[in-house]
Amino acid sequence: MTATTTAPLATTPVRTTRQPSARLRAWATRAPLLPALVFMIAVTQLPFVATLVISFFDWNALYPKARHFTGVDNYREVLTDADLRHSVWTTVLLTVAVVLASLVLGLILALLLDRRFRGRGVVRTLLIAPFLVVPVAAALLWKHVLYNPEYGLLNGLLHYVGGPQPDWISNTPLLAVEASLVWQWTPFMMLILLAGLQSRDPQQLEAARVDGASDWQIFRHLTLPHLRRYLELGALLGSIYIVQNFDAVFTITSGGLGTANLPYTVYQSFYQAHANGLASAAGVLVVIGSIIIATFALRVVSSLFREEVGRA
Amino acid sequence: MSATTVKRKGLGLGVTAWLLGILFFLPIAWMALTSFHSESDAATNPPSFGAALTLDGYREFFGTGGGASPWPALINSTVASVSSTLLVLLLALPAAYALSVNRVRKWTDVLFFFLSTKMLPVVAGLLPIYLFAKNTDMLDNIWLLVILYTSMNLPIAVWMMQSFLAEVPVAIIEAARVDGARLPTILARVVAPIALPGIAATSLICFIFSWNELLFARVLTGVVAETAPVFLTGFITSQGLFLAKVCAASLVISLPVLAAGFAAQDKLVQGLSLGAVK
Repeated sequence: MTATTTAPLATTPVRTTRQPSARLRAWATRAPLLPALVFMIAVTQLPFVATLVISFFDWNALYPKARHFTGVDNYREVLTDADLRHSVWTTVLLTVAVVLASLVLGLILALLLDRRFRGRGVVRTLLIAPFLVVPVAAALLWKHVLYNPEYGLLNGLLHYVGGPQPDWISNTPLLAVEASLVWQWTPFMMLILLAGLQSRDPQQLEAARVDGASDWQIFRHLTLPHLRRYLELGALLGSIYIVQNFDAVFTITSGGLGTANLPYTVYQSFYQAHANGLASAAGVLVVIGSIIIATFALRVVSSLFREEVGRA
Repeated sequence: MSATTVKRKGLGLGVTAWLLGILFFLPIAWMALTSFHSESDAATNPPSFGAALTLDGYREFFGTGGGASPWPALINSTVASVSSTLLVLLLALPAAYALSVNRVRKWTDVLFFFLSTKMLPVVAGLLPIYLFAKNTDMLDNIWLLVILYTSMNLPIAVWMMQSFLAEVPVAIIEAARVDGARLPTILARVVAPIALPGIAATSLICFIFSWNELLFARVLTGVVAETAPVFLTGFITSQGLFLAKVCAASLVISLPVLAAGFAAQDKLVQGLSLGAVK
């Protein structure tokens, strides 16, 4: 909409015979970008600034008159409160476990799919499907259809082999949430790594094979270094998405049994407990956490590879 | 290694791929089968694979059994996803033009600014948005979700479209400009037709993310603007025998995403990796 109104400006340099000023031309180039840029700043940056400000206030929505500045008290409370501290730990555990497991599984699947075999397209489609189930629906599927101790599919299959009939969610709540997320995110990792595998130089692989390199040697010295960028990317994007996971925790355990992660805690502390200041402090911590995880994951993976390459 | 062992090994790996593919798909296949079972057949242990098929689960879900109808939620989700996708295209196409064809200075910085907004977790801005909506009477209003979903998908769209538009030959755009075409005309008549496959894939991916979204919808909507994922949260606590109904609901609500995802399969990676992987 705004683009339309600024459009005549963009063509002014062509129409006029006079040489337009450089500044005008620069603005004409910038104009198409501005609506999107202004929109993003208004909708994503301003609320975060507000969160930052609110996080320094003692503010319970039920007692609005008692609102006052408290400095870093909210942060102290988030970090010292046993429940909240536990949710920080849960967030780290959930993110790291899901990202690593889906990355490894995704790599195995990508390597298998990189080979030519009958029905490869069908298998690829079957493998992508879990990622294309609405997250809440996927969580419901795991909670009711697979995990249910009485009539769930897992215990149903265990029944055939005379195995035990565990209550999956009560026994291992965090693992139950993680398994459902790994199921959904493995296809994502597989797609990224498969794209990486298919961008290898076929001539280089052929040359290595002619020189008598084994499959393992090719994987270790050619494929893995080439995939590094893609592994990093998968880990980075996966962490960013999973650190803010809400759907699976909310659906499978409703944050109970010690599975409340920070996003769920933020949701609960303002939506149910109306503790606005506290929720904001926890929200700021999620942001800091996601920045740390993203950079940390990147550094770990890249140093790991440098080590590997150095040893070779 | 003889030729036959190589061949046998290849066959073994192919079979492994098939088995893993089936294993990953099994929960979905089982969900589909259960949705066509009667409630009593759906909740048996051991599972009844060969039970009679019925549409009762779907009838229950669509509200003929007396429960709440899912249609308002499905319509809300459609409005939110389609409108926000259109708004995203309207904003992202000119932006991508300025970042790939007629480049602004420091265009990479701008691109990375868009990417960085994607790294800002949703919960970070949730409370101020909620308070704003409450004070402006925008709570339970589907158009608030349209705006939020647009901001959620705009970075992805800008990144994807930027890489698609970079492939449009500059000479064609120059020619149109010399002929006196204005920017909207250039975008609509010259750029869009050439970049159409990319624009289509971008739209499908934006549609998927909007359709799936739960946290904003859960906090900001109520009875009127409830979306399909929020409707699904009604199934979180067990309600007696309801497995077939849950499966039918989950499947119906996932169908648009499955369809859009398979349609955009080739460009899915590019979209999910924000254009970093082609």
